[in-house]
Amino acid sequence: MKESLGVYDYWAYDQRPKITWPGGAKVAFWVAPNIEYYELDPPQNPSRKPWPHPHPSVPGYSIRDYGNRVGHQRQMALLDKYGVRGSVSLSVALCEHHPEIIQMCKERDWEFFSHGIYNTRYTYGLSEAQERAMIRDSMETIHRHTGQACAGYLAPALSHSERTLDLFAEVGEELFGDKGGIYTCDLFHDDQPTPVSVRSGKRFISMPYSLEMNDTIVYAVNKVEPRQYATMLKRHFDRLYLEGAESGTVMCIPTHNYQVSCPHRIKAFEEALDYITGHPDVWVATGREIADYYLAHYYDAALDSIQAQAATARREG
Amino acid sequence: MASKDMALNDDYLDYPLRRHGYDHDRYEWSMLSERAPVSWPGGKTLAVWINISLQFYPLNQRGEPFKVPNGMTMPYPDLRHFSLRDYGNRVGIYRVLKALAAHNITPTFAINAQLAEQTPYLVQRLKEHGGEFIAHGWNMDHLHYGGQPIEEEAELVKRSVDTLRRVTGQPVRGWLSPAKHQSFNTLDLLAENGIAYCADWVNDDLPYSCETKTGNLTMMPLATEIEDQFVMSQNLHSEDSWVTQVKDAFDFLLEESREQGGRLFALNLHPWLVGQPHRIACLEEVLAHISGHPDVWQAPAGEILDAFHQAAEQA
Repeated sequence: MKESLGVYDYWAYDQRPKITWPGGAKVAFWVAPNIEYYELDPPQNPSRKPWPHPHPSVPGYSIRDYGNRVGHQRQMALLDKYGVRGSVSLSVALCEHHPEIIQMCKERDWEFFSHGIYNTRYTYGLSEAQERAMIRDSMETIHRHTGQACAGYLAPALSHSERTLDLFAEVGEELFGDKGGIYTCDLFHDDQPTPVSVRSGKRFISMPYSLEMNDTIVYAVNKVEPRQYATMLKRHFDRLYLEGAESGTVMCIPTHNYQVSCPHRIKAFEEALDYITGHPDVWVATGREIADYYLAHYYDAALDSIQAQAATARREG
Repeated sequence: MASKDMALNDDYLDYPLRRHGYDHDRYEWSMLSERAPVSWPGGKTLAVWINISLQFYPLNQRGEPFKVPNGMTMPYPDLRHFSLRDYGNRVGIYRVLKALAAHNITPTFAINAQLAEQTPYLVQRLKEHGGEFIAHGWNMDHLHYGGQPIEEEAELVKRSVDTLRRVTGQPVRGWLSPAKHQSFNTLDLLAENGIAYCADWVNDDLPYSCETKTGNLTMMPLATEIEDQFVMSQNLHSEDSWVTQVKDAFDFLLEESREQGGRLFALNLHPWLVGQPHRIACLEEVLAHISGHPDVWQAPAGEILDAFHQAAEQA
């Protein structure tokens, strides 16, 4: 085990080249609906139980099923209303189980990125070959069902190995060249995209995805009241918008159709969407669009800035 | 973490049920918004089911296979939780009944069979008030769970249903599992015992059909997320926030039902919680909010089930 992950260098927020998003926008805003499948009777993993109770865990399974049966359409209608194309964090088995949902997202030109096969199959304990095969399966499945070269990754149930980012970048390169495997949502260290070093040397970045604004973390872990979530989202946006005048920031709302779309919660989500998209200098985008723009315009300058900061630190240290 | 020689077997990456629909055969995959619109009696759009859960939490809790939420947490004898739950059946329910009567609500009573058997006066008062009894298992420490011997669970279901039918004199067509927890056999056992609908699966805002070995059962989703115990006891939100959440849910479903077709608003309540003196006014506020709308039809769950089947036949 490592003391530190070691895939990015220290890079102070107050000493970076200025980012300006398309149209002079201050905030690149994206919504990442997680569309997930949890199995009723998944195999056990030695490191993590898929369900807290003996299977079938009806309470947990059925509320997640509510998300796909009921919640997805509610959320999609709101995103349509506010002109947001979702960037779907996809349990790719959804392509087989519920292709009707995939079709609706395709018709709206939403982005699909990999969130593993099922959210009840973890990375823990997989060999490198096994993890590579799982990631490859996920990217091939997305391509087969949507025609998209998968650009992003959020490991299933946020379960990782030390090699996860390396493998995702490598499989993306093998399958799709520089179109695939270019960003990860697994790191929460920044409010701007940042270069991440992978062993193949691929141009690869971390995309701000925000655990703090993730509805499942907010509602199920931190047990926040629905209307308070709207307040949190608006405050989060306000500060990133303010700072975005100095250098462009990224705001993501990661959602789950079984959380944000429940009848007692959807109003809070709409309030935040209405507020955020009502500001003039917001670039409403997808994860891939932000990643592509950053890689084309700021990635190289970022590497130079990081090296310069490190050199200064060495001289002064 | 794991080194190479500790890797999982390759079958961890086998997915035999990765297919269209579900990874089980209990019910069909269907999106609510894609179904033919449902209309309730009188052309109403929102059916309202007010469920009162009456529960017995044994002091000598076994916690098999897990300790039920809201059960005993302290070393034996946990008098505080035992008596606080018992409060609901002695005091809280009578406050709740008054509130229901004030708003002409016909409730559904989900009652542990052991409690029904041991408190004939309570059962008599519930019958006088009016409403439908549904089975709620034996008590809150007799869970239905995966790995439970089927003979044991079969006896538990039969004893619970038979007892409740005997002491209430009602047919008892509905079932709510303690903690909404089931085994893979539960639905089959319910159907075998003449149960027509089950409230455990919270995956829809309308009833839907479910297959069992002996025929069809209907799933009647009793929402967890707006339950008093879920919001106030599990999430530790305030009473005022609970009122807001229930009103927001009701308003949203009422609006959606007007635009897209009939919906079911199902609110589960626990007299040991909402029947406290400082909370009862919150329940009254909720009941006032959901009463008096021209598009709302308030009825016991069994009547909603029958209306749903009639609407389906006419469609």
